[in-house]
Amino acid sequence: MAETVLMKGNEALAEAAVLAGCRYYFGYPITPQTEIGAYLARRMPQVGGVFLQAESEIAAIHMVYGASAAGKRVMTSSSSPGISLKSEGLSYLAGSDLPALVVNVQRAGPGLGGIQPSQADYMQATRGGGHGDFRNIVLAPASVQEMASLTMRGFDLADQYRMTAMILADGTIGQMMEPVTLETPTPTLVEKPWALTGTQGKREKNIITSLYLSPTELEKKNLSRFARYAAVQQKETEYEAFCMDDAQICLVAYGITARVSKNAVAAARAKGIRAGLIRPITLWPFPTEALRQAAKTVRQFLSVEMSMGQMMTDIELAIRCTRPVTLVSRVGGVIPAPEEVLVAIERAANEEAT
Amino acid sequence: MIATNRPHAMTAAQTHYCPGCTHGIIHRLVGEAIDALGIEGRTIGIAPVGCAVLAYNYFNLDMTVAAHGRAPAVATGLKRANPETIVFTYQGDGDLASIGMAEAVHAAARGENITIIFVNNAVYGMTGGQMAPTSLPGQVTQTSPYGRNEAQCGLPVKVCEMLAQLDAPEYIARVAANSVKNVLAAKRAIEKAFRNQVEGRGFSLVEVLSTCPTNWGKTPKDALKWMESDMIPYYPLGVYKDRSAVVTDRT
Repeated sequence: MAETVLMKGNEALAEAAVLAGCRYYFGYPITPQTEIGAYLARRMPQVGGVFLQAESEIAAIHMVYGASAAGKRVMTSSSSPGISLKSEGLSYLAGSDLPALVVNVQRAGPGLGGIQPSQADYMQATRGGGHGDFRNIVLAPASVQEMASLTMRGFDLADQYRMTAMILADGTIGQMMEPVTLETPTPTLVEKPWALTGTQGKREKNIITSLYLSPTELEKKNLSRFARYAAVQQKETEYEAFCMDDAQICLVAYGITARVSKNAVAAARAKGIRAGLIRPITLWPFPTEALRQAAKTVRQFLSVEMSMGQMMTDIELAIRCTRPVTLVSRVGGVIPAPEEVLVAIERAANEEAT
Repeated sequence: MIATNRPHAMTAAQTHYCPGCTHGIIHRLVGEAIDALGIEGRTIGIAPVGCAVLAYNYFNLDMTVAAHGRAPAVATGLKRANPETIVFTYQGDGDLASIGMAEAVHAAARGENITIIFVNNAVYGMTGGQMAPTSLPGQVTQTSPYGRNEAQCGLPVKVCEMLAQLDAPEYIARVAANSVKNVLAAKRAIEKAFRNQVEGRGFSLVEVLSTCPTNWGKTPKDALKWMESDMIPYYPLGVYKDRSAVVTDRT
């Protein structure tokens, strides 16, 4: 039985990566995720792995491309401005159907922004984040425990679907300490006959490329990729429902704002307001079906997020705008207080009453 | 007797390069080096963005294509993941000396045990002949229609001279693909750059001066002459760094 220890979210994520069999890390320092690199700089040599501090986030993501092309479990981590730099590589990884784990411990933007927590990279993450039609599997941990468990799951999903899995965390989840139980997982090992290992004179050469000069061939590639994406949407969507059985007001929140929202829902319940929470654990695929079902009985939705309605758009799309969706947000590095969210719930409840 | 067989490391595909372009010769030299060292089964090539983007069609090797300029980073990932493989990049001047300068310099500074074949033809070929960081002063290109002007564009980047200033690289050399004598010297340099990696010596880069008759607006023959008269004087051929030679001298 694995013991329970007190760890920072970033460190739990890093150790989980090692336990999941990742032996290759390439990254560039940026606040608030530096603990990941620092931890792995110590840890990787102990397990015969590679930690390499790259010259830039761009170089780091392309080193990931190389190690992934070699058939290895590999990761990089960064925070918002660094993820923008990595977006080139995300597109090439997708175009070449290479698996990888990419971590974004979000900070406030745009530009250099600030170093306080944010969820403002929602659109960038869930829409792919680079040029061309592609998606990443986006996992949103709301606890230190999930920083570990979703990292392990991310590696498996990336290998299984040959795509990037992204951990979309925020500065709070990355920095805070909580008890975490680190179980050694049984990684789903996937054969990688496409890997570049040298032909050894025994097989046809392998080519990994995102270049297809024939439009019909490229179209076929894109369509087969989206067929895989459809399978992900069907099989891998994950969410948590909290107090949803009789909920009339449904909060939707992920990551740290889901923690805040849970408190607010509990406080609202104490006041007799039938509030509930749907917490997407996968942001892509988004729990569209769960929201659509909820919309049959829920009267109002609140999108609680540390961004200006980026997730709200997905809620509106999911429920086809059949119910009003209100934005409850703080931005710029400010985390909404449970009391603020409660005020929004009460306002919604009053609207229902009138 | 002169052997004219195709190197085993190369495919039978006909290249897409323009008449008079020396990419074909340089490809062949890479293939010959791989054959000579018997490393075909464990060599992985990385094509750039540029004229050589389709290089994977011409080698019997596992290959990939890097984003523009990022080949040394991709090579770093591949080599670190599988140190027993032999990893080389094949990059042009826009790819390596402009957009990918950081990746090239830092792979060199880390002394990555990889081989870089850097083809300098003083122009962006694939996109139709724009000014490259290595275009000569006064050189007329699509984006320097009045000739490369020092006041506006500065002066060319001399990659070998620059990288030779770093402590970590093992071998930095400049050769040219314009004459039998120079091609033979290029063959030796390229083979050495691969052998260094096989022996675990570290970062080796061979800059090969190459012609681009199409974008230079010259006949293949005049292009070869221009390389001799204009390019080589600006980019002197030779070995800029060779750590194994230094050790030999000391003993």
